[in-house]
Amino acid sequence: MAADTPKGVLTTPIFQNNPIALQILGVCSALAVTNSVQTSLVMGLAVIAVTAFSSFFVSLIRNHMPSSIRIIVQMTIIASLVIVVDQVLRAYAYEISKQLSVFVGLIITNCIVMGRAEAYAMQNGPGMSFLDGVGNGLGYTFVLLVVGAVRELFGSGSLMGYTLLHTVKDGGWYVTNGLMLLPPSAFFVIGLMIWAIRSRNPEQVEEADFKITANTRAQEAV
Amino acid sequence: MASNNNSIKKTLIVAFSLCVVCSVVVSAAAVALRPIQQTNQELDRKTNILQVAELYKPGDSVAEQFSHITPRVVNLDTGKYSDKFDPETFDQFAAAADPATSRSLGGNDPAGIGRRENFATVYLVGDPARPDQIILPVRGQGLWSIMYGYLALKGDGNTIVGLSFYQQGETPGLGGEVDNPKWKALWDGKQVYADQSMTPVIRLVKGGVDAQTPNAENKVDALSGATLTSRGVTQLLQFWLGDQGFANYLSRFRDPSQGA
Repeated sequence: MAADTPKGVLTTPIFQNNPIALQILGVCSALAVTNSVQTSLVMGLAVIAVTAFSSFFVSLIRNHMPSSIRIIVQMTIIASLVIVVDQVLRAYAYEISKQLSVFVGLIITNCIVMGRAEAYAMQNGPGMSFLDGVGNGLGYTFVLLVVGAVRELFGSGSLMGYTLLHTVKDGGWYVTNGLMLLPPSAFFVIGLMIWAIRSRNPEQVEEADFKITANTRAQEAV
Repeated sequence: MASNNNSIKKTLIVAFSLCVVCSVVVSAAAVALRPIQQTNQELDRKTNILQVAELYKPGDSVAEQFSHITPRVVNLDTGKYSDKFDPETFDQFAAAADPATSRSLGGNDPAGIGRRENFATVYLVGDPARPDQIILPVRGQGLWSIMYGYLALKGDGNTIVGLSFYQQGETPGLGGEVDNPKWKALWDGKQVYADQSMTPVIRLVKGGVDAQTPNAENKVDALSGATLTSRGVTQLLQFWLGDQGFANYLSRFRDPSQGA
């Protein structure tokens, strides 16, 4: 699965090994920021930048990293990058950074970033790690965009802010689905998406931890 | 990996150099981007002022729209305009923190802000001598946070045009509904004061307000599920529109004979 060609590391995380759909990482922020396509897109770009550069830098110094403080070193690099991304957003995308508010800062705790640094960048060279980071960021962004599109379309009747379904509030016909604007709806959308992806690629289906046995057979009363 | 990576010396060197590099990167980003961020915040503040005055047109230049608005610094104790400070640069919140330009409210502090500055910046829409609207900065404690906002009054210094908070940390969905446009629309046309008195009577009430409610013009429906935030809004308005706030200043608009 983990093809070691530059193209492989870049594209497998998008469908075959998607961090959200297969590894179920980074779901928390996927719930919070996906109520419109625009915020999803910016959040996705921020995560791509952080994952790519943190993997790059972790990989760069991986041969000098004392294993006792390995995790702290990775966290420091990730945290610094997140602060830089946050500052850049505040400078160049102020409105969106206000909407994303705390979730940009929470990229630090996004399991995808740390997961890729620990699982891939610690064993591979900087160039490949960078591509791996971009690929996983793209996989995350892909899920975010799909969820964001579904939620914005059915929740506000628009995509990227352009009205597609004329809402009742503005004198149209479409009654908006308020649930779609609330975080729990992302659970349903992500759940349906994982179901769809796994139906298409059955090898992604995990083995059940437990087998449900048949009920106790009916017996005649003694 | 080389085995000496785990020696104490190597660990300390790596940790130290990493910290130095990261702190340089972070501070460089913060310092280099600060001017742009401040421009954004300024723009955001002006946009908020325009929005509360219901003058904001998305797409048009904010600077252009803001040119019809004159900021003035007001002495809160006398209610007169002051030329001691440049209204463009006067920082009211810095003044509130400085003992030389503010005073402690002690026990008489319904808005929960601790100190009140002696001077405040107001924004006048239209002709500064006979403004169409007067926009006042207000703030006060809600449930979790100090809520910062603007209150826009008509030229009579009594009728509310709008109330809008640009910074608050109340519970999303409950107290956070102070940002809800539907709730904000309820403020339009409400009266701050009753008759000729300068004691603010505007308040939030539970259970809804309709035309049959006595003194409906002074009451706004409270936020459901957010008793403490609603109480905070009432108290901050009564504070800022009362004797310790803008009452001295606003009285000139109630009774134009006093003059500037």
